[in-house]
Amino acid sequence: MATATKSLKKQGSDLAQSNKQIEILSNGIFQNGELPTFKNKISETSQFPLKAKKLEILQINVGYMCNQVCDHCHVDAGPDRKEIMTRDTMRQCLEVIKNTGAHTLDLTGGAPEMNPDFRWFVEEAAKAGIKDFIVRSNLTIIRANKKYYDLPEFFKKHNVHVVSSMPHWTRGKTDKQRGDGVFDKSIKALQELNAVGYGMPGSDLKLDLVYNPSGAFLPGDQAAMEKDFKKALMEDFGIEFHNLFAITNLPIARFLDYLIASENYEDYMYSLVEAYNPAAVKNVMCTNTLSISWDGYLFDCDFNQMLELPVNSKSKHISEFNEELLEGRNIVISQHCYGCTAGAGSSCQGVVA
Amino acid sequence: MSKPYYDAADLRKFGKITEWSEELGNKFFDYYGKVFEEGALTAREKSLIALAVAHTEQCPYCIDAYTKDSLQRGVTKEEMMEAIHVGAAIKSGATLVHGVQMMNKVNKLDG
Repeated sequence: MATATKSLKKQGSDLAQSNKQIEILSNGIFQNGELPTFKNKISETSQFPLKAKKLEILQINVGYMCNQVCDHCHVDAGPDRKEIMTRDTMRQCLEVIKNTGAHTLDLTGGAPEMNPDFRWFVEEAAKAGIKDFIVRSNLTIIRANKKYYDLPEFFKKHNVHVVSSMPHWTRGKTDKQRGDGVFDKSIKALQELNAVGYGMPGSDLKLDLVYNPSGAFLPGDQAAMEKDFKKALMEDFGIEFHNLFAITNLPIARFLDYLIASENYEDYMYSLVEAYNPAAVKNVMCTNTLSISWDGYLFDCDFNQMLELPVNSKSKHISEFNEELLEGRNIVISQHCYGCTAGAGSSCQGVVA
Repeated sequence: MSKPYYDAADLRKFGKITEWSEELGNKFFDYYGKVFEEGALTAREKSLIALAVAHTEQCPYCIDAYTKDSLQRGVTKEEMMEAIHVGAAIKSGATLVHGVQMMNKVNKLDG
């Protein structure tokens, strides 16, 4: 994989368009019957339609701007993306956060810290007393500019649960996926998080890492990978963290672009379908999660957000949020959903089966 | 142009061998699956052994399968190449150690 410097959108690529991506995922091997569609596959075990259960996780995407341009990014994030959540939309989100029954608030991006109102939003949201308040930090942002150097202290002050991407414990594999110099900056950021207490054994300051493969293959066993990560990061850099989440790359946006360009698309889809696990379907994250976009629209997950597949409900926007109405809705699916049901399953919180 | 003997897509059909001999096929796949489970050796270690043997057996399907399996288990390319050298060393050693038999024979016939 070569490291990109611009988003697909900035490049004017066809694949920046969500309808083009959905077309690819619906045609070819899925249209000619070579592989079953996701709908047909889950119907085999009477799991269609997939229904939303009680809301547990509210995931808010505060913008697609990022200081990195990672090869696998399903958001197609980068410095050139201008979609940023406004303070007005954040206020609407805060109303929902105060009243929701969800136990987890999960802020993501892009690099959420690059939103100019990020700190204000965290300070306000932390007052709502949600049990688990996650910020998905790419680590390098902490070292990107002086104005971000105090982020570890800021996270600590608001008892934020930090979840960070780390594709491998070696420099080569990490930089190949996320850009030159990312590994060294990430190591430094992890050490700084450790220094304020994050990730230490017994610490309430939770620091978890996300592993997703650097190429056209599925993640290995989460527990085994965690063991290997812990051993290597401790031996090489003295770094501690709590849990590793192994996440499958979904075939959308830049990862789909890579799969097609490297002629791995069909093999990858075969791998996903062959690894399909009906037990994982029961717990896929869309059944207990709602994803809110930078402009306040509601989606079943962050992937559907990027494919512009809105929730199948009358409550479509944060301004008309209705938790009762959203519960029991039919989840919107396509072939990318195989990414969440392969092997032990995959979600923003790691395996599900 | 004639079709090549090996087609990478045939690996996906491996499971079909049970169709023509169900009992033996199933027994093989049960055994195969069990072998690669975590045991005294980790699944990662087993993957590297399989990768080395795939090369000494010169099986293109196995090479594809265990390169991918190794990547999935976080194995680095340096580790993979070292594993193949272990296989290559045994393979060449196995050839060269027969040189002793040749020497014995020469000594007997022409010593």
